[in-house]
Amino acid sequence: MSETRARDVNSTRHTLVFATIVCVVCAALVSVAAVTLKPAQQANALLYKEKNVLLAAGLIEPGDKIGTTEVEAIFKRSIRPRLVDLASGELLPEGAQDARRFDQRAARNDPATSRVAPENAAGIRRLPHQGVVYFISKDGAVDQIVIPIEGLGMWGTIYGFMSLDSDGNTIRGLTYYDQRETPGLGGEIANPAWQALWRGRKAYNEQWDVGIQVIKGTAGPPDVDPMRVDGLSGSTITSKAVNHLVQFWLGPQGYGKFLKNLREGMKL
Amino acid sequence: MSAVLPGGSSSPIFGPKERSILFDPVLLNNPIGVQVLGICSALAITTSVAKALVMSAGVMMVGMLASLAVSLVRERTPASIRIIVQLAIIASLVIVFDQILKATLYELSLELSVFVGLIITNCIVLGRAEGFAMSNPPWRSALDGLGNGLGYALVLVVVAFLRELLGAGKVLGLTILPLVKNGGWYEPNGMMLLAPSALFIIGLLIWALRTWKPQLQEKD
Repeated sequence: MSETRARDVNSTRHTLVFATIVCVVCAALVSVAAVTLKPAQQANALLYKEKNVLLAAGLIEPGDKIGTTEVEAIFKRSIRPRLVDLASGELLPEGAQDARRFDQRAARNDPATSRVAPENAAGIRRLPHQGVVYFISKDGAVDQIVIPIEGLGMWGTIYGFMSLDSDGNTIRGLTYYDQRETPGLGGEIANPAWQALWRGRKAYNEQWDVGIQVIKGTAGPPDVDPMRVDGLSGSTITSKAVNHLVQFWLGPQGYGKFLKNLREGMKL
Repeated sequence: MSAVLPGGSSSPIFGPKERSILFDPVLLNNPIGVQVLGICSALAITTSVAKALVMSAGVMMVGMLASLAVSLVRERTPASIRIIVQLAIIASLVIVFDQILKATLYELSLELSVFVGLIITNCIVLGRAEGFAMSNPPWRSALDGLGNGLGYALVLVVVAFLRELLGAGKVLGLTILPLVKNGGWYEPNGMMLLAPSALFIIGLLIWALRTWKPQLQEKD
């Protein structure tokens, strides 16, 4: 009897039926998990991104455990996300699009909302027509502007935020929230101690060209050496990548025109 | 230990045999230390204890459920497609675990990135499904999957503890040895953050295990 059973189990018909059942059951399991967990995942992704906006602006400290409610409260109180037309540097009318839920990564991959980036050292292939900016207000006036930055690192794309003072020049903070650089070497760009080195330095020189650069070795304190930041020892490629990507987004292809308009007194 | 499965089966739920199935792989038959399986991921994700714990949870969950599922259908599984059936089951479970991770521990899931997906190719899970679950009843198979996950977890956490402590001066993200670059006194061992250090530590662990339990040494 067991022999008949063994033959049945190994018959072509049973093999096909069995394979089909396994596929359907597995597919159902994966689909249910993906669909039911998607809202929670999207909420997490947004929370994580917005926490990093707060980190760049120095409104929270690295290691602070804060949840959706706190982030929501800070955003309501003092943060206004807006969209900028990168080519002209003009703000889009408020409310034309939900700037807070604007997905810049999706926008730069969609041919309808992006273009091929001009040759650049930051490894950026596509450039979105519009970019998000976060206005951080304090006592009723705009105090800081946070812009997203990204570029090709050693092992993958580095994503971060940079906060500039309302003068459109002084760097107030910097975070990298999504990066795959070598832990302990290039990965040190995620170290708050290194990120703090950017604080107080100037993005532009007297001619309003991008002046900030990452150098090999140690730069002086911001008040005497305002346009240079220490490179990371042991990670030349990551240091160069960070240098190029910061320069790109501060430059005319990135948020340069917007920041220029801002300095010249654009109405917010 | 005379608890009996409902339905009148005479096989105890947690007798001596079950205990040895669950606990042997933790030390005596450790998948990494003795069987030398699953080394690849053990090198990649042991730079911090938190990552190692999450990865261990994944391997334990996937290992247990995969062995259980493979064992449940073992008598209906055609021999010609059994490996791909096992892989389909394992892959589905890994995707579910990855989805749960992204919905709960989002920031850790970013750090683990591709390695959660690579549980699919973890030799321990497939090895136990093919080597044990295909020829044993479901409950024992589940215990075997969990036990091997535990053995993997033990090695992973020990390696990650040493690497995080010596490489970054921290344990679970808390500073134990303040680093020179953050104003402390400890100059970290940079090699500990790179994959080769895990190979050295695992080698030393295997040596220690075989010295302590000489019966594990192969006669040549």
